[in-house]
Amino acid sequence: MNEALNSIDTALLEQIADMKGGQAPGAVNIRKDSGCASRITTDDVDIRSKTDKPGIDIFIRAGARKAVCHIPVIITRSGLTETVYNDFYIGEGAECTIIAGCGIHNCGEDESRHDGVHTFHIEKGARVTYVEKHYGEGDGGGKKNMNPQTVAYLAEGAFLKMDTSQIKGIDSTKRDTRIVCGPGAETVVTERLQTHGEQVAESNMEIVLDGDGARGRVISRSVAQERSRQVFYPKMTGNAKCFGHVQCDSIIMDDARISSIPAIVANSTEAELIHEAAIGKIAGDQLLKLQTLGLTREEAEERILKGFLA
Amino acid sequence: MLELRHLQYSVTENAETNDIIKDVSLTVPDGQLLVLTGPNGGGKTTLAKLIMGLLTPTAGQILWNGADVTALDLTQRARLGISYGFQQPPRFKGIKVGDLLSIASGKKLLRRTEACALLTQVGLCAADYIDRDVDTSLSGGEVKRIEIATILARESGLMILDEPEAGIDLWSFNKLTETFSALHAKRDATMIIISHQERIIALADEIAVVDHGVITRRGAAAEVYPAIVSGAYNTACPARQ
Ligand SMILES: Nc1ncnc2c1ncn2[C@@H]1O[C@H](COP(=O)(O)OP(=O)(O)OP(=O)(O)O)[C@@H](O)[C@H]1O
Ligand SMILES: [Mg+2]
Repeated sequence: MNEALNSIDTALLEQIADMKGGQAPGAVNIRKDSGCASRITTDDVDIRSKTDKPGIDIFIRAGARKAVCHIPVIITRSGLTETVYNDFYIGEGAECTIIAGCGIHNCGEDESRHDGVHTFHIEKGARVTYVEKHYGEGDGGGKKNMNPQTVAYLAEGAFLKMDTSQIKGIDSTKRDTRIVCGPGAETVVTERLQTHGEQVAESNMEIVLDGDGARGRVISRSVAQERSRQVFYPKMTGNAKCFGHVQCDSIIMDDARISSIPAIVANSTEAELIHEAAIGKIAGDQLLKLQTLGLTREEAEERILKGFLA
Repeated sequence: MLELRHLQYSVTENAETNDIIKDVSLTVPDGQLLVLTGPNGGGKTTLAKLIMGLLTPTAGQILWNGADVTALDLTQRARLGISYGFQQPPRFKGIKVGDLLSIASGKKLLRRTEACALLTQVGLCAADYIDRDVDTSLSGGEVKRIEIATILARESGLMILDEPEAGIDLWSFNKLTETFSALHAKRDATMIIISHQERIIALADEIAVVDHGVITRRGAAAEVYPAIVSGAYNTACPARQ
């Protein structure tokens, strides 16, 4: 058990990064209230603090096999706002899983905000799984806001699987994602978002398929409840012989509002791009079926949303 | 025992009233297998939905095991042991076959072996299906059989199945009739099967014919069925008359 962490911290870490007691296998860097609460490096993963601005540089050794790295951020001090820059250098042919995520516990009256800027340099043939969960809690009047920016450059034949989710409790988020795929590179981005109350969420995403054989896929699933608002701008740009697919599915409830504005842009006759977008309420026959299996209407609704966002 | 007393269901659209179920009184004793048959649009599905609580009758009463359940909602009726397998089952994005069977069984986590046994009873190879989503990637016949498996999982006192044979291949159909027959032999449940299929009708203790919103005939399968096929019994078409 890490002494720099209390029970609120470890609960947040479990929510956002599946860490038990603040521990995780492989390399670890826990950022707590703008300080470093824990750092473990391994033969495959080196982590260094930046000297010119807040943040860290993460180096994954070329050819590494199944390297794992947890780099969660937690904020428990009300009123703390920060912008953090993390750069990832993934060596040629490396294979790694990076678990990021940010949890805010705000019991005070002031805004807590984390703006994370993540840049990935993924070398030839490397395979990266990047998981990011955002979560807020605490019943003070202070807002819990996050504005993540992710930029990734994939060299030839590289692969990036990015799973982002905003689990709950974030009042305002503006998310920017830009991924550039070189020849034969592939990215699969899955975004899951649930908002309620007065929350607002905006997601801008651009996937640029820049080389022959590049492939991109965006799967966005969202649920907007109560008076929350969501706006999506997923854009897939094809500059070569490539294949891209954008799929956005939203469930709208109560007085929520959702805009889904997908775009596909082809700058080559060889680009093959598809988008699908759908917004609708929970299907009535699904609710009824689960009720005939003995669930109440509320239980049925909850189960359908859970499945939809799983 | 299930008892329907003067059940009626009408819909009003553009000031025009359509009586879909006109006046149905019906008693189904415990452990009986009753097949409801009759022409398309006769009112079979509507009747089943009224019993389950998916529709609310305009008049009349539904009694289950002596208690009036007419005012109870879907969930309450389900918890009293009434179950209904949809004619056209819905699909779910993100709910797996195994999850749906767990929900149906009422157990938090249905054991894998239990789920597999249920799928086998409807002729599905369990290993191939248990982790699949109940979404549009499943074929019509697959979804239909999974729907029947959810009803088997409920182990309820009253099972209503709406055209379980629809879209099901011959091999699976054999398995299905075996399953119904075995279930009926135990007499633990009262079964109402809506069907047009001779082999299912052959399993029935009794048949009731639903036509134009009324039960026009009811009796032992051995009497009623030959009458239907021989044409001794004809559905009344006002246009033809
Ligand atoms: N909401 C509704 N509004 C108007 N008409 C309806 C409504 N629901 C059902 N009907 C009509 O009621 C009649 C009975 O329908 P029902 O689905 O019960 O028939 P069924 O006997 O199950 O037929 P099938 O053998 O084709 O399944 C049909 O004529 C149908 O068009
Ligand atoms: Mg029908």
